[in-house]
Amino acid sequence: MDNAYLIETIIKVVVILLVFSALAGIGTYFERKVLAFMQRRLGPMNVGPFGLLQVGADGIKLFTKEDIIPSGVVAPIFKIAPVITAATAFMAAAAIPFLPAFTLFGYEVHPIVADINIGILYVLGVMAVGLFGPLLGGMASANKFALLSAARAAAVFISYEVVTGLAALAPIMMVGSLSLIDFNNYQIENGWIVWSQPLAFILFWIAAFAETGRTPFHLIANDHEIIDGFGTEYSGMRWGLFFIGEYANMFFISFVIPIIFLGGFGDGTVLGAFALLGKMAFFFFFFLWTRAAWPDVRPDQLMWLCWKVLMPLAVINVVITGFVMMF
Amino acid sequence: MEQFNNRNVADNGYFMVDIEDYPTDSMGRFKRIIKRTFRLELFVGLWVVMREMIKFDIHTISYPEEKMPIGPRYRAVHEMKRLWESDAERCIGCGLCEKICISDCIRMDTKIDEESRKEVTEYTINLGRCIFCGYCAEVCPELAITHGGEYENASEQREHYVDYEYMLTPIDVMKANAQKEFEGFGAITPHEDERVAKTPLSY
Repeated sequence: MDNAYLIETIIKVVVILLVFSALAGIGTYFERKVLAFMQRRLGPMNVGPFGLLQVGADGIKLFTKEDIIPSGVVAPIFKIAPVITAATAFMAAAAIPFLPAFTLFGYEVHPIVADINIGILYVLGVMAVGLFGPLLGGMASANKFALLSAARAAAVFISYEVVTGLAALAPIMMVGSLSLIDFNNYQIENGWIVWSQPLAFILFWIAAFAETGRTPFHLIANDHEIIDGFGTEYSGMRWGLFFIGEYANMFFISFVIPIIFLGGFGDGTVLGAFALLGKMAFFFFFFLWTRAAWPDVRPDQLMWLCWKVLMPLAVINVVITGFVMMF
Repeated sequence: MEQFNNRNVADNGYFMVDIEDYPTDSMGRFKRIIKRTFRLELFVGLWVVMREMIKFDIHTISYPEEKMPIGPRYRAVHEMKRLWESDAERCIGCGLCEKICISDCIRMDTKIDEESRKEVTEYTINLGRCIFCGYCAEVCPELAITHGGEYENASEQREHYVDYEYMLTPIDVMKANAQKEFEGFGAITPHEDERVAKTPLSY
């Protein structure tokens, strides 16, 4: 392993960490603004022009707030839980190609930290580990609402993970590789996978809502039922880590969906790069859009949906794909 | 305003919403799921919020900069009026407002001045106790104490007093003929002059 590679990787990691930490903050701003406009409100307006500096104000608040460890909690687990959520969210980003390769000062840069040959498996697996944050945090909190939230986290976890895996399996069979770069290259030659796998696309998209815990499946931290769920006992930056993890997850899954199904960054031109960013922006916006429009489902409804509707559909999809590929 | 005053709900465009019965058997539930799935009801909701976002018809009032107009009868912090004819204070120090105040928040002190007229020396209202019921304005025989429109009276302590000088119409406002009469409790109703019958001198 030569030094250039090491330095390049470290720089990439730092850039991704900084960019997506900042994006998570800006994402909250966009979420507030979009939700407000859809509900005929103004959203944040007072801090900075059009409330743009609200992100900074929130950051200062989160960083300077007292970090309270309640007396009844299991302190080590309570302390590590938010770190799991935030860390796994960013770890998942290691195998995502954010942009096509480009040349900078005569040096070819691949905007992916590690093009491992199990890319999609790694991304989905590490993102799934992120759910241990709510689970452990909720169980360690010594709080009834947090415990309910942890139970729901476990229920969500075993429900959607099956659907995600089976929905992604059909495209994986077609591409014959788990690397997201290979997914992209396959789609340059054969057209977008969404045209041949529309059902898998929709199933994966639905499961992404459960994965990130967004509104139709926002039952882990449902404010109107169980306060903030696993976050009830958290304060300050520990709660902020949960928050950053959730928003970073939204951004990363918004990158993964277009890369798997919608052609990724295409053939590596600047146009393709912007197209990927545009697709990512649409999927991120859709997360906010549904939050304004749709009601939440109950935990039993989510499990019913995942096990009795989505999983059979995903299995049938895999079987049909297999037969089509065989003959 | 007209539409809100119309209490006749029968012909106001109200109608009963047609709500289907809940399915009782599993086949009915299955049919309902199929119907809901393929009628794409979720996308109706998505369209509604998107439409509102595009229309951008914001209803927020950014409060400290913008304020809603309040009604002329609104009962906020009290005012003391002056006489239009002489610019003198209307208050004759009769003490009726102090007497009727049900939360005991008005306190006044009077003396007989050199022209043997009663003069108010001290007059304070504890806004922390005042419930803005309007009895003082209603009972005032001279229309001297009335309510005003100043409702921003946040205070650092529970006892927040306003005194006579604070409530009295400033003399320069009076000179500019800018004193506003109160239209609420105790005020003279419009066309009062025509409706008042003269007291007969003898029966």
